[in-house]
Amino acid sequence: MQREISQAATAIAIENLTKDYGDVRAVDGLSLSISEAEVFGLLGPNGSGKTTTINCLTGILKPTSGKVMVGGFDVQTQGSEAREIMGVSPQETAVYSYLTGKENVELFGRLYSVPKRTLGPRVDYVLEKVGLTDEAGRRVSKYSGGMKRRVSIAMALVTDPKIVLLDEPTVGMDPQARRSVWDFVLELKDKCKTVVLTTHYMEEADELCDEVGIIDHGKLIELGSPSDLKDKYHARDLEDVFIQLTGRRIREGA
Amino acid sequence: MNVGHALALAKKDWKRIVREPAFLFMIILFPVMLTVAFGTSFGAVGGSQATSFNLGIVAQGGNSTSSTQFYHELQATGVLKIVSYSDNGTAQSALSQGRLQAVVLLPASFDEAIQSFRAHPTEPSTWTNSTLSIYLDKGSALTVQVIPTMVTQVLDQGILGVKTTSQALPVSILAPSQVNVKGSTVFQSFAPGLFAFASIYMIMVVAQSFTGDRENGLLGRILVTPTTSADIVMGSVISYLAIGLIQALLVFACVYGLGYVPVGGPAALVVGFFVITVFAICNIGFGLITAAVAKSAGAATGISFVFLMPQLFLGTFVGTALSSTAQAAGRFLPAYYVTDALTSLWTRGAAVTSIAVLTDLAVVSVSSFAILLVGIQVFKMFGKD
Repeated sequence: MQREISQAATAIAIENLTKDYGDVRAVDGLSLSISEAEVFGLLGPNGSGKTTTINCLTGILKPTSGKVMVGGFDVQTQGSEAREIMGVSPQETAVYSYLTGKENVELFGRLYSVPKRTLGPRVDYVLEKVGLTDEAGRRVSKYSGGMKRRVSIAMALVTDPKIVLLDEPTVGMDPQARRSVWDFVLELKDKCKTVVLTTHYMEEADELCDEVGIIDHGKLIELGSPSDLKDKYHARDLEDVFIQLTGRRIREGA
Repeated sequence: MNVGHALALAKKDWKRIVREPAFLFMIILFPVMLTVAFGTSFGAVGGSQATSFNLGIVAQGGNSTSSTQFYHELQATGVLKIVSYSDNGTAQSALSQGRLQAVVLLPASFDEAIQSFRAHPTEPSTWTNSTLSIYLDKGSALTVQVIPTMVTQVLDQGILGVKTTSQALPVSILAPSQVNVKGSTVFQSFAPGLFAFASIYMIMVVAQSFTGDRENGLLGRILVTPTTSADIVMGSVISYLAIGLIQALLVFACVYGLGYVPVGGPAALVVGFFVITVFAICNIGFGLITAAVAKSAGAATGISFVFLMPQLFLGTFVGTALSSTAQAAGRFLPAYYVTDALTSLWTRGAAVTSIAVLTDLAVVSVSSFAILLVGIQVFKMFGKD
């Protein structure tokens, strides 16, 4: 499935993206356009190529072929410009366990060159949004998995980025924490930020996403708004759509 | 390169050292414990007394005024037990059987050389030249360190009455030095090597830090911010330079408290600490190379010994007890020059502008930066993924 890439109001444009790991093709000719101020869900079974696609968007992986534009910048040739406007929360809970939650967020604020006078209030703001104000002074090594995940999201958002990439942002969170993250994502949308998230929680995609792309074996197999897809496949919910498209066989993989 | 990014990362590394017990132990506590252990075992603390040596003297020209005076001056140091031999063969046999730690061979021209100097101390053209030979028990690190310097000091100051080493003299010997040997202990000869010994473990810490961050996805995460690889490396250099300096100050405080008093002045202290601090750059470079090869923090620990052990055995105080071949091999390692520089500055009292010190400083600086550059390159090629 292809989608025509429009340059107007396009936050992210992926064109014929292919990524091989040796003999394994993780992403196979993926083309996609994500508009500004849109919350886009990238869905797929394990090993379908979601995280590889995200890593190509961040520039941490070099595509085998194809082109990725973020905020109008070519990630391969204008990587530093693209990174300036992106906030990324990776799949692994990549936080410094020996720092406090606040120190982790402050560190990333400094790495994004957030001005000193705005850094403090900004750090406090994002920690409040992910519900960690009271625990901000504790070392992350004492946090639960869900709390670490929330710190990770706060680290991605401390710079107030135009484009936010969240790779499975609510894994391991309790319903309350998940709700607070959802609220934050919806607030980002209200502020005209572009959010790309991957998730295995279909209700999360249904709740948050304006549009979802379902990929399998590295290819985009369906694209549309959750309601359109449910109508198209006569499904009760997005999970039914997902199962109809990707089957019931359990997948393993990254 | 962004200095703000580098400083932020350096601050983060600092917190790791202070807060993670394993890192704090390797970088700060281990060197202090090691120094205290050596000091109490081999130094003046804990009841260890000054070491004495059995020194054989062979006067090939028979007993003379100068050789007798030399004999008495050596004995007056209080740490030498002098045994006189009529022939070199007997003395060498005693040395090889362990009854002596060293043999000094006074050539037949020795007395004539001394007398010619005393008659015309400012007219070298009138002097008779003479070369004194020293045979040492190479298995004894202390003998290797102390005897040549002690003999030189007695000869220069006791017999010839000169105060500086720059003055031309009619009698030459190997390894001229100015060490104050009275009350010398094993620890005092080991002390300069302890600084390099302590710093070397930074290789392991740097390697574990980078591989750990890579395993946890933190390295990749930082690289998707506007932070560059150069910022990351510079952050490490800043933090570990500071850590290296603090480590050196702590080790210095320990060795000083245990009786090691450097003979050089403030300039010697400053240059000494500078050499140790620059050596940290070398260890960061080796750490990066290790991190590039290792796939996990655990593997990094093991692989770091590839760089750690040779420097430890050949470049610190351990090397003084090894064979001449091993000691020659040590000359290919930066740690050797760190120890040599500190020994020259703080034990022998060499001037900071002396050729030996400047050579050591140049070798440590150039090799450290070269190793760091290689480390950065290798890590960029193989270590980021």
